[in-house]
Amino acid sequence: MNTGFLLVQFLTGLASASSLFLVAAGLTVIFGVTRVVNFAHGSLYMLGAYLGWTILRALPRDPAWFACGVVLAGLATAAIGVLIERTLLRRIYKAPELLQLLATFGVVLVVQDLVLKLWGPDDLTLSRPPWLRSFVAIAGERIPSFDIVMIGIGPLVLLALWLLFTRTRWGTMVRAATQDREMVAALGVDQRLLFTTVFALGAGLAGIGGALALPDGSANGQMDLSVITDAFVVVVVGGLGSLPGAYLASLLIGLLQAFGIVLLPKITLVLVFVVMAVVLVLRPNGLLGRKLAAPRNEAATLTLIRPAVPALRWLGLAALLLAVLAPLVVGPFLLSVLTEMLIAMLFAASLHVMMGPGGMASFGHAAWFGLGAYGAAFAVKALALPMPAALAVAPVGAAVAALLFGGFVVRLSGVYLAMLTLAFAQIVWAVMFQSVSLTGGDNGVLGIWPDGWASDPRVFYWLTLAICVAGVMLLRRALYAPFGYALRATRDSPLRAEAIGLNAGGLRLAALVLAGAAAGLAGGLTAFSKGSVFPTYISIGRSVDALLMVLLGGMQSMAGPVVGALAYTGLFDVLLLVTDLWRLVLGLAIIALVLLFPQGIAGTTYVLWLRGREA
Amino acid sequence: MTLHRRTLLASSAAALAAPAIVRAQGDVPIRIGEINSYTAVPAFTLPYRSGWQLAVEHVNAAGGVLGRKIEVVSRDDAGRPPDAIRLAGELVNDQRVDLLAGTFLSNIGLAIGDFALQNKKLFVGGEPLTDALVWDKGNRYTYRLRPSTYMQAAMLVDDAAKLQAKRWVTVAPNYEYGQSAVKWFKLLLAQKQPGVEFVAEQWPALGKIDAGATVAALAEPKPDAILNVTFGADLTNFVRQGNTRGLFEGRGVVSILTGEPEYLDPLGDETPDGWIVTGYPVAGVTDPANKAFIDAYKAKFNELPKMGSVVGYALINSIVAGIKQTGSVATEKMADGFGGTSFATPIGTASWRALDHQSTLGTYVGKTALKDGKPTMVDWRYVDGASALPPDAEVKKMRPA
Repeated sequence: MNTGFLLVQFLTGLASASSLFLVAAGLTVIFGVTRVVNFAHGSLYMLGAYLGWTILRALPRDPAWFACGVVLAGLATAAIGVLIERTLLRRIYKAPELLQLLATFGVVLVVQDLVLKLWGPDDLTLSRPPWLRSFVAIAGERIPSFDIVMIGIGPLVLLALWLLFTRTRWGTMVRAATQDREMVAALGVDQRLLFTTVFALGAGLAGIGGALALPDGSANGQMDLSVITDAFVVVVVGGLGSLPGAYLASLLIGLLQAFGIVLLPKITLVLVFVVMAVVLVLRPNGLLGRKLAAPRNEAATLTLIRPAVPALRWLGLAALLLAVLAPLVVGPFLLSVLTEMLIAMLFAASLHVMMGPGGMASFGHAAWFGLGAYGAAFAVKALALPMPAALAVAPVGAAVAALLFGGFVVRLSGVYLAMLTLAFAQIVWAVMFQSVSLTGGDNGVLGIWPDGWASDPRVFYWLTLAICVAGVMLLRRALYAPFGYALRATRDSPLRAEAIGLNAGGLRLAALVLAGAAAGLAGGLTAFSKGSVFPTYISIGRSVDALLMVLLGGMQSMAGPVVGALAYTGLFDVLLLVTDLWRLVLGLAIIALVLLFPQGIAGTTYVLWLRGREA
Repeated sequence: MTLHRRTLLASSAAALAAPAIVRAQGDVPIRIGEINSYTAVPAFTLPYRSGWQLAVEHVNAAGGVLGRKIEVVSRDDAGRPPDAIRLAGELVNDQRVDLLAGTFLSNIGLAIGDFALQNKKLFVGGEPLTDALVWDKGNRYTYRLRPSTYMQAAMLVDDAAKLQAKRWVTVAPNYEYGQSAVKWFKLLLAQKQPGVEFVAEQWPALGKIDAGATVAALAEPKPDAILNVTFGADLTNFVRQGNTRGLFEGRGVVSILTGEPEYLDPLGDETPDGWIVTGYPVAGVTDPANKAFIDAYKAKFNELPKMGSVVGYALINSIVAGIKQTGSVATEKMADGFGGTSFATPIGTASWRALDHQSTLGTYVGKTALKDGKPTMVDWRYVDGASALPPDAEVKKMRPA
């Protein structure tokens, strides 16, 4: 490799780093101040690209007008950001942590359908004027002039933000709020205005990033989700809320990507996640991050969880009876939906063990689900085991993997922990995706249908019902055993828990292994219910599904994930069947549910039920 | 409109031959259960939907098939295999469809193919390109319309060999389609042109190409020619960086699917000159079948058809012809009866192979060019799918017994 090539590849890496930084900067500022995990940041980036396309097409094509157009697109996106903040997020800042994530996911779905309706299905490109096509020759190699511009934009934006945050009163307040939100509020700073302006700034940066992607490509309907994970990785690797950290992480990822693909061309699927995993294992708060101060109002919302009241138990029993009798009444399709709901219930309940009592939110719970599914598939295909044995392999395989990996996870907390689980899930996904000879790659493993005795969908449904209900009851039992209370103690007050001799790491690891095993069992059941296993079972979308179900139901008790799983699966399955605009309707439904049930469906219902009685 | 007259004649013949069936079922339409990734891949599937809607209209206007109208019950799989399988169950059990059809993504095609085998229901795959669908994972109940990855590669290899390029590099999305395309192209080109070398390869993640770095990495070993398998948004980014950095200057480029309007149009005035591609030169074709289709399509939807539209239209025609030949919609009869049926499509007549259930539908091979500032294909020819398939003995070896 000659030096010219190395130099050009280096500069190209710097240019990609700037693009990454623009998106990540907005995300990290928003998170730092509002603590909102803004899933819709990718949607804002996409809107920036589409708005930029509409605006730039109407403007003259010289550099000055181009810059104006990009800034306009940024302002328009900022306005949309303000709209989202004022109408939606503002109402739920007091809700439990991560509920805002659910709301922003609703926004993602709504925006996807709106963009399709407004701009149509085709990729939209802008014709590049000559100045955007020009290049600079360096050591006999060409590099686009626009790349050179981009290389400059990253540090310039960093500098501008640094000046904004250190030299203005507003910036000082933002930094204070990033460090200690409650203290700033106590000192009389109008938080509402602060949050709105910060959100506008973040959204504007995303919009500018989207518009600046146009000269190199197109505005298309996939760009929201393809950018959001990378942006999160940058934010977490840099350290949450840290702008210099985000730039450093962008550089690291941009350069590793540029040189990595030369040495290992197939590393593209997994590189950013490997980087994140390594950084988080070595530096649990990211490169330049500080340990986040725990929000002060959290502990007050926690109440001692007691087993369900008798009325709720009777309700559960009645539902179970109905579920047992269902196959005698409903048709085959409804039966398949019910089977899916049961599996989703176990999957969500397993995540609840980690997220609720364990206090460990996971963005990568599909890893265990997928490992269980692949475990069952290999048991059938490679070992020729019958279905019951394969179903036993599923949770064991997932639990072993959780045990091996869990040690790294339980040392972390909050979003860092969640992102490390995501990194692990993505690595597992990439391994399954790329081991074509073993797993069939993305074409999957086919022909894993139930044994003869269970091939009747009704029999398989009853089997699923038995396994899932037993699984959920076992998980619930564990949470009301001393183990569960000890686990909650380590979540609510790590110091005091340690003082009375609890082994926090061990308890958290046990919870993770338990959750992994249950999720693996759900994965094994899915393999037989669908007859096939694909890497999509480990995809981010699957992990998000689990997260949505738990958040939708509520994290207070085991009823939450159960209700959430039933509601989300039912809603999704029905909407997919009845409307082309299912993303719009589902997104609006999620937003409505978040606003109506800020403690989750089960949580808020329980609170309302109590209100009538304790008064 | 020969197609319609023939359908009409055939259906009246069927009515004469089997009056009892007609009396029993005459007013019940034949139901085709259709599944596709409408929300996940709208750029291809929405024109595809327009295509099959037009075909259904034409078939029914001509009296349907076996004296019955046809009806398509369509579902969106959201791009997720487990949802596709649930919907297949819904179509078969609740909607009582006579057969399944559609799908875009290869993994969903394979999942529905396996569902078809398990539930003994016919599945006619429209778009999935994976070779596995009819070869190593093929089964009795699964048919596939479009030319597969192997066939696309085979159609391009003749022109690729004519480039007389010795050193090749490849760029393909990092998943099964990209991997198979590169594998077959390498294999077939090496057979045709011994001594050819592949000196570097790039595997960008689908939808996430780092185009600048990829282009530079491809240029570094100074290749003579390039095989491109990227498409969609990745292709746009790749072409723009390649143009600016001069990757394509003085080099032959062979590019799969790039001539299809859904992927060519977004390239706009950056469309490279002289890439050897498979595609659909919609603005240039003049033969009657194509003309009739394009005119009818434009009249109904007010835009030019894309490749997806052709696939959607041909899919319905291929199914209707199969049913007509079988004379029944009983699954076991159709599973055998489709074999050997020939059917008309906008781009040429094709037939279902009994051997592996692949259709012989071909595609156009030509070169990309800019005409009046618009991307188009020139020097194109239609290549029959039958000419791009391996010998029967090899196919037999690949299919499970």
